[in-house]
Amino acid sequence: MSLLRQPMLWLILGAMALFAGLPGFGGDVALREGLFLTAIAIILASNLNLMIGYTGYVNFGNIVFFGLGGYFGVWLTTMHGWPLVPAAIVAAILVSTIALFFGLGILRLRGSYFTLATIGINEAVRALVSNIDAWGGSTGMYLSVSVYQPLGGPRQALWIVYFLVIGIMGASLFLSWFIRRSKFGLGLFAIREDEDAASVLGVHPALYKSVIYSVSGFLPAMAGALFFFKNGVIQPDQAFDLTMSTEAIVMLMLGGQGSVTGAAVGAFLYDQLRSTLLTSSMFSQFQLVIAGILLLLIVLFVPGGLIGWIGERWPRLRRVLE
Amino acid sequence: MFGVIASMVDGLLLGAVYGLAAIGLTLIWGVMNIINLTHGALIALGMFGVYFLTARVGGSPYVALLPVAVLGFVAGLAIYGLSVHRVIARPPLMSLLSTFAVNMVIIGAGTAFWSTSIYNLPFSVPGITWQGFTFTGAHMLAAAVAVVVAGALYLFMRHTRLGKAIRAVANNRQAAELMGIPSGRILAVAFALGVALAAVAGGLIATLFPFTVLSGSGYQLKSFVVTVLGGLGNPAGALVGGLLLGLIEGGVTPFIAVSWTPVIEFVLFVLILIAFPKGLFARGAAR
Amino acid sequence: MTALLEVTDLSIQFGGLRAVSEVDFSLAEGEILGLIGPNGAGKSTIFNLINGVLPPSSGRILFGGVDITGWAPYRVVRHGLARTHQIVRPLNDMSVLENCVVGGCFGRDNLTLAAARHKAAAVIEEVGLGEHRAVLARHLTIAHKKRLEIARALCANPRLLLLDEVLAGLNPTEVARMIEVLKAIRRQGVAILMIEHLMQAIMSLSDRVMVLNFGRKLAEGTPAAVVNDPAVIEAYLGTPDAAHKLAGEG
Ligand SMILES: Nc1ncnc2c1ncn2[C@@H]1O[C@H](COP(=O)(O)OP(=O)(O)O)[C@@H](O)[C@H]1O
Ligand SMILES: [Mg+2]
Repeated sequence: MSLLRQPMLWLILGAMALFAGLPGFGGDVALREGLFLTAIAIILASNLNLMIGYTGYVNFGNIVFFGLGGYFGVWLTTMHGWPLVPAAIVAAILVSTIALFFGLGILRLRGSYFTLATIGINEAVRALVSNIDAWGGSTGMYLSVSVYQPLGGPRQALWIVYFLVIGIMGASLFLSWFIRRSKFGLGLFAIREDEDAASVLGVHPALYKSVIYSVSGFLPAMAGALFFFKNGVIQPDQAFDLTMSTEAIVMLMLGGQGSVTGAAVGAFLYDQLRSTLLTSSMFSQFQLVIAGILLLLIVLFVPGGLIGWIGERWPRLRRVLE
Repeated sequence: MFGVIASMVDGLLLGAVYGLAAIGLTLIWGVMNIINLTHGALIALGMFGVYFLTARVGGSPYVALLPVAVLGFVAGLAIYGLSVHRVIARPPLMSLLSTFAVNMVIIGAGTAFWSTSIYNLPFSVPGITWQGFTFTGAHMLAAAVAVVVAGALYLFMRHTRLGKAIRAVANNRQAAELMGIPSGRILAVAFALGVALAAVAGGLIATLFPFTVLSGSGYQLKSFVVTVLGGLGNPAGALVGGLLLGLIEGGVTPFIAVSWTPVIEFVLFVLILIAFPKGLFARGAAR
Repeated sequence: MTALLEVTDLSIQFGGLRAVSEVDFSLAEGEILGLIGPNGAGKSTIFNLINGVLPPSSGRILFGGVDITGWAPYRVVRHGLARTHQIVRPLNDMSVLENCVVGGCFGRDNLTLAAARHKAAAVIEEVGLGEHRAVLARHLTIAHKKRLEIARALCANPRLLLLDEVLAGLNPTEVARMIEVLKAIRRQGVAILMIEHLMQAIMSLSDRVMVLNFGRKLAEGTPAAVVNDPAVIEAYLGTPDAAHKLAGEG
């Protein structure tokens, strides 16, 4: 049972190496920008999978973690002159703490009631942040070029942020994998199947749900801090965009909820599809329409997503792809 | 002081329209336990329906509501058949996603055809000015129409065979089927009715404010708030919830910046959802 | 001898219905107590009260000398009191083995994943689900789902097991097989409180029997004494079917 003999370990490390190496060696900036967005998508989808796929709670407002992380990160780096990495970590800790607090309230709700509450929380936070003058209100905050100086100027800073995001992407996948094989993960699966039965079997649902909700916010918050640092500006409507929330769900469905690779593969495919559609002269106008049709077809006919479908065809691969 | 009261009255007028929009959402929830995420898109389609019927064809926007309602009903049947029927018995995520997918298609197509620029209905209704405060004519008419439509729906649900069948299915689908009510057809009709109400409400909103293809999503969120205030699945509660929301909006506007109203609304939304998941007016225990 | 489970003055009110009313009983270490009574008497509700699914309106539940009244279900099972459900509740999209591993991991011994797998494998053999261990729980037959309920509960290594109609809906062969399983459990020293309609099983397994009617305790004693109790017979005459059963087999 050595860790080194687990295919998943090498899958994740391989993905990280490809993401870092492909643009890294050639210095291909366009490729880097494309993969940067894909990596962000993988981070969002695989952490959302902890809630939807593992625990069975549909968090429609998951983007609130990303947005709040961005705000805390930008605030600490620009207003308080913090270095990027500590700022991102503290942002993530703050967001996870807030999530724990939110979770204690809304995780008493089940099914669609919970989903509505997550939408409400995202909108409440968006509205609140739009009123915080210290954070620039509805116009947001702009970063001055000087914040990139400690990282060796803007050009080098973009590369550094990129590699950090790849690191978080890897961390997200490892987190999903470890939880999946842990006792904690088993408790989550039991809650997903039947929360009351799980409780009768000894799982503490309230505790488990609060912890996973909080954990599922940590890495997206870090990613948000890095994303908006690189972006140079953060605004409420961009940071708390429900469309991004729902796109993360679409990615999860596309790849297959509940598995480590499903979230990643779905995010990758969706992001490739989106950029292909956006750059095509014929379809750029109809990107949403095509994505919508795709989602409907998946929900109706392949609810297990790509990985679920593969697992049914070739049961042996199921173990490898987890 | 009079300004506050006047602002609250105007809030009530708008609240009636919010209520009408939310009735469509809550009706569908009550009958089939599905949150219809095409709601906002249909509100937007209702806006454009009224716009094109009045600006291009001519005539009063209030008359245009009738064909918009019919088109909304037909669209509702189509959406039900396409995306809802098959997922009704599956976990909530599936119906959320299938209706959201249709929403993406509608909004995507709408954006492609009409862009996201601002549209405005070219019409005006004289208002009433009293003590220096103007009650907009369009607001009063919209509220009146909303109340009439809600009343008609109430009568329909109480006194027609179809309405009673819908209520029976909402109460207990299995029992209704045992009594010989074709629940599949009833579900389709109820869904279409909910969608038609959204379209009509959208058409009414178009008579009040400028709009874009994307405006629907904001009113969808408002409908969520109203629905939760009034109790998910409770159409009468939705109208009261709408009035309440309008009253809150109107009541706070004179005192704080407009940008704070959504904060109040959504904080209230989450708190009520946690404390009273069955709504403020539910009889008996909340859970 | 101190009792393992001691229930005093247990009651619950559902709106106008007093489903369980001032029930007292106790159960010794290693004992099997049968709980019988017509449908709707409040038997399953007593289980729900004991393991914390429902909070009692009044009354006290001592388990191993500890007051567990009002504890959440997950705390109760960790303390060594496991149960099955009358209407089975398998974790559908998990395998038989995984279902049982959940029982072991979160039960009294708080096992690690590896230890729980070990334990689960053994228990699965014991209840005769060995060849189905990799099957998803949703694909089991009802008889096998009932066995899974028991296996899951046993993995928690309980001191007391509450069994809610585990024989209902099984054919005679399955019943005989299940009775063997229950006897094996008793030999391990686990106390059992079992709800059962099948008198043959109650008579052959129980040390004592308690009868419940309209939420109240009607009689209690050795199986033979209880079936001959006039009050019990009268209660069962209200439901001819059950009376027939009682007369035919008692
Ligand atoms: N959670 C509940 N809410 C309301 N009534 C209940 C609840 N649980 C059980 N009851 C009622 O309590 C009575 C006893 O039920 P139960 O304990 O299941 O009977 P049985 O002896 O057949 O197991 C029944 O009338 C049932 O309808
Ligand atoms: Mg029972």
